[in-house]
Amino acid sequence: MSRKVWLYGLLCLLCVPFVFPTWWMITSSMKPISEIFSESLLPSQWTFSTYETVFKMQPFGQQYWNSLYIAVIVTAGTMAVAALAGYAFARIRFPGQNVLFVVVLTGLLIPSEVTIVPLFQLFQSLGLTNTHWPLIIVPIFGAPCVLAIFIMRQFFIALPPELEEAARMDGLGRAGIFYRVALPLARPALGAVAIFTFLHSWNLYLEPIVYLSTPDMFTLPQALTQFVDIYGGPMWNVQLAAATMTAVPILVVFVLAQRQFIEGLAHTGVKG
Amino acid sequence: MTFWTYRRRDNLVGYLFVAPALLGSLAFVLIPLGLVGWYSLNEWNVLGGTFEFIGAENYQQLLSDEKLRESLVATAWFAAGLVVLNLSLALLLAVLLNQKLRGTTVFRTLFFSPVLVSLVAWTLVWQLMLQPEGSVNGLLGFFGVDGPNWLRGDSTAMVAVIVVQVIKNVGLNMVLFLAALQGVPAPLYEAAKIDGAGAWTRFRRITIPLISPTILLTSIITIVGSLQVFAQIAVLTQGGPGTSTTVLIYYLYQQAFQFHHFGYGATLSVLLFVIVAALTLLQWRMRRKWVLHES
Repeated sequence: MSRKVWLYGLLCLLCVPFVFPTWWMITSSMKPISEIFSESLLPSQWTFSTYETVFKMQPFGQQYWNSLYIAVIVTAGTMAVAALAGYAFARIRFPGQNVLFVVVLTGLLIPSEVTIVPLFQLFQSLGLTNTHWPLIIVPIFGAPCVLAIFIMRQFFIALPPELEEAARMDGLGRAGIFYRVALPLARPALGAVAIFTFLHSWNLYLEPIVYLSTPDMFTLPQALTQFVDIYGGPMWNVQLAAATMTAVPILVVFVLAQRQFIEGLAHTGVKG
Repeated sequence: MTFWTYRRRDNLVGYLFVAPALLGSLAFVLIPLGLVGWYSLNEWNVLGGTFEFIGAENYQQLLSDEKLRESLVATAWFAAGLVVLNLSLALLLAVLLNQKLRGTTVFRTLFFSPVLVSLVAWTLVWQLMLQPEGSVNGLLGFFGVDGPNWLRGDSTAMVAVIVVQVIKNVGLNMVLFLAALQGVPAPLYEAAKIDGAGAWTRFRRITIPLISPTILLTSIITIVGSLQVFAQIAVLTQGGPGTSTTVLIYYLYQQAFQFHHFGYGATLSVLLFVIVAALTLLQWRMRRKWVLHES
């Protein structure tokens, strides 16, 4: 019994640094600036004007939309590319397969930061800087996608071959087998891929600050750092109001879906 | 026999399925990597519009660049601190959550939640908390400790960025460790207990060897990941004070996109690539030595 009390105590104590920052982000966003360094856990005076200020200082709605639509396209694109390639590498025999797999896998060794100079040059020569193209197209084929291909391949390898043979007897071709039999079964792996790809895109920071230059093109991570006063000092409560709007919806969605997410992640054995 | 046998059709489908991934990685990963190599042999000032072949000069500059040496030291400290703290905390949390207790899923969710908080949002609130009069020092003051100005001291800034990053991401490694711990067969523990092995011995002699593949995997991912930590540094310290938190990727960003030295930036990219590749291969080889195989 005392061992249990001791364990619960330890777990609660360890929780503090994990939970407190999110709590502090939300409550500080509703404090007047004079109270920002007060030690009280709740604002003594609730203020929501910080949330209005966010939209006055930046085209925040537009920036929210930018981040959201980019992340959705990247996620969908990565899932398609990774499912197709992962399936082919796992289940179809074709000449040169292993060599091609190694070629694709080397992408894992090359963080996107390594190639950012030539990619910037490429997109600049195409006139695509300060557009969202680099943020969409590079991740769909870069390192996060390679990881997704790897996860999908591991999943499809473990699929029992009898399922596909039965479908073949029924007269389905390769594409039909993939689309009607293998893909529906791959939902857990696809879920894990979707979530870490979305988060990766949602959190991207280096690429936006390299490629984007006007506020209405900014994505959220970049926009969050723009809430400063005329002396360049951070406007803490306004900044945290924007941060809260960025973080909390995603947090709620994922906590609701956390069982699938955490377990899916553990089963793939790879993190994003 | 027709030309389109099942096998031929299958080959074609195989190539078609891998084509997007293959062409994409050629265009956006492999060819750019080749270009990085070529650029690194040139002096390229974007503002001046000059691009000229200088051979190995950028690489000679690598050797004599004092700021680079400082940056590599910072990178090494950051990576080492991050890996040690992250893995030991992840393992501790996983072991605690693996106990037979009610409500561990709630704690699991709480420990995992920072992973899901937007990165820059997480960094901004820590920036507030780490101010001299912020809540971290408030808490320390409660225990009678006079806290430092975390983000303005050489060693405290490094400690701060490591801790902020570890708490953000340790949940991922925790989940992987938890899955591994649950895969350790219970009868092994029973047998060891009968033989008189204490809790620590059981942990060291049974748990650690059996989860060693996961330890290897998480350490590779965490070390390579530590070389890509950019946003936290850019927001919290801008590489300072001095160069104390200027990790390699931040130095690369400064050289290429703040000072517009694209050629030298590309040289630093080559260096980053070599380090990542070497670390990955090294750890992959170490697997044979110390990871236990069931067969």
